Amino acid sequence: MAAKRLTPQLIKELRQVEGPEDQDAETRSLRRSWLKKQQQNLWRWLSIPILAFILLPLGTLLLRIPPGEWLANLNLLQVREAFFLSLSTTLVTLAVTIIFGTPVAYWLARNKSIPGRILDSVIDLPTVLPPAVAGVALLLAFGRRGLMGGVFDAGGIQVVFTPLAVIMAQTFVASPYYIRAAMVGFTGIEEELKQAAALDGANNWEIFRFIAAPLAASSVFSGAVMSWARALGEFGATIIFAGNFPGRTQTMPLAIYMGFQLDLNVALTLSVTLLLISFIVLMVVKGLLHGEWR
Amino acid sequence: MKGLFRASLFALIMVFVVGCTPGTVRAISGVAGGTQDPRSAAAASSIPVHPATLTVLAAASLTEPFTEIGDEFEALHPGMTIQFNFAGSQQLSQQIAEGAPADIFASANQTQMDVAIQAGGVKPGTAHVFVHNRLVVILPKGNPGQIHSLQDLAKPGLEIILAANAVPVGQYSLEFLQKASQSPAFGPAFEADVLKNVVSYEENVQAIVTKIALGEGDAGIVYTSDVQKADSDISLTIPDALNVIASYPIAAITYSKHIDQANSLIEFILSAQGQSILEKYGFIPAAS
Repeated sequence: MAAKRLTPQLIKELRQVEGPEDQDAETRSLRRSWLKKQQQNLWRWLSIPILAFILLPLGTLLLRIPPGEWLANLNLLQVREAFFLSLSTTLVTLAVTIIFGTPVAYWLARNKSIPGRILDSVIDLPTVLPPAVAGVALLLAFGRRGLMGGVFDAGGIQVVFTPLAVIMAQTFVASPYYIRAAMVGFTGIEEELKQAAALDGANNWEIFRFIAAPLAASSVFSGAVMSWARALGEFGATIIFAGNFPGRTQTMPLAIYMGFQLDLNVALTLSVTLLLISFIVLMVVKGLLHGEWR
Repeated sequence: MKGLFRASLFALIMVFVVGCTPGTVRAISGVAGGTQDPRSAAAASSIPVHPATLTVLAAASLTEPFTEIGDEFEALHPGMTIQFNFAGSQQLSQQIAEGAPADIFASANQTQMDVAIQAGGVKPGTAHVFVHNRLVVILPKGNPGQIHSLQDLAKPGLEIILAANAVPVGQYSLEFLQKASQSPAFGPAFEADVLKNVVSYEENVQAIVTKIALGEGDAGIVYTSDVQKADSDISLTIPDALNVIASYPIAAITYSKHIDQANSLIEFILSAQGQSILEKYGFIPAAS
């Protein structure tokens, strides 16, 4: 290495060269090392406020309901209905998002034109808009008297107030998270790799299947999980577009909200359940990303 | 240093754990209440009508008349500012139970006022009924469900939007359906048949009005006071015998720092002027 990097050892050496050689050198270096440790610790100290702020409410949630009661409440009809509705709708949302989102991500990742960049921003809109805006927009577009309402009506498809509306609300709000992450993954692949594969006779699909997909796998996977988690937490668009009907459109977040007004136990049980599911999923994903995928 | 860091983390966790045991929470809130009460009482007795900012938690159905009442009251008492928080009464009573800063609670039913009373937010016996409301069935423009009588609500395949039973209007709606089922004109199956048509239990009355106005449902049950603002020209009246007369109680909140001002606003709402504003918006005055 021609240029020396500023390692801690090097800094130490430099400082020792600079320092005047008096008899207090030892105390000085002791104080110096204490200060250095202090500096390293500084980041930990500065981390405490926000960590405490996030951990306190989440911890309080866990403490408010004893594990036994939580387990017993899991058997409540409203809790079970909300749980299974959330599970089934978010899994469909995830499948729809991957099937229809991956081509968008792959295409936009290579599209550097101005319309491509505009689309790139449009895709992100649902993540920055309040979900209530998404709900109103969906209602006005796909409602019975909405812009597209006639199309669905003609096909005999009821959208609003059905699980289909729940899935549409979730997909609208959550799919951009997947597309964004997958796009980042696809953008990171060097063109030369794909060109080399093309030279070797690989067709478009083979390039995607054997080059792009494996290389972007970790981004795609974490994007899918984040988008699923976002769908699981969807509330604002769902209550406006899909309404609130236990077992049909009342997902876990809606049941938590309604439960807060009627039966705090239902709200607490579902809150703790969502908290645990989310935590386990995040841990598993991070474990996979740092372990097998790299 | 690492040790100190760990020790402080431990201390933090201890504070957290101790802080979360109910006993401590109660003790802390008790102390807070003790220091606050005499101060606010003294302030109230020395300056009777001192300008202040009042926060009124009011049922969603009161949005229009209360906004006007607030404007009138502010005009009568320069310096007074009235802030409103309109939401489902069941949500407001929970907010009071959690100690949300507020001075007045106007509920759409006694049940939610009782929730506030039980939580200590309202002194028993201080709540007054200040206005009444009735139920009405609203239909969207064009009447897509071809509903011409109340009996038609039981026709299979309709899409009916009700309020959740935690919401006062939702509870009243269920009472109406029960009453109707006991009447020979409707038959015992009426309630079950109508409930089969329900597609959504909304969290407040405004959401029903909006969704019916957008044509998303074939019928909704709301208050007569909502019909005026609803875009739907059509509504079916529910006869008195089957109707539920909603009574709205109002009360000052025990931990209000402006009890005197709060009481004078309540008096204004109960006065002829306040009542006429409520009547203008389709409510039934308390005296009648």
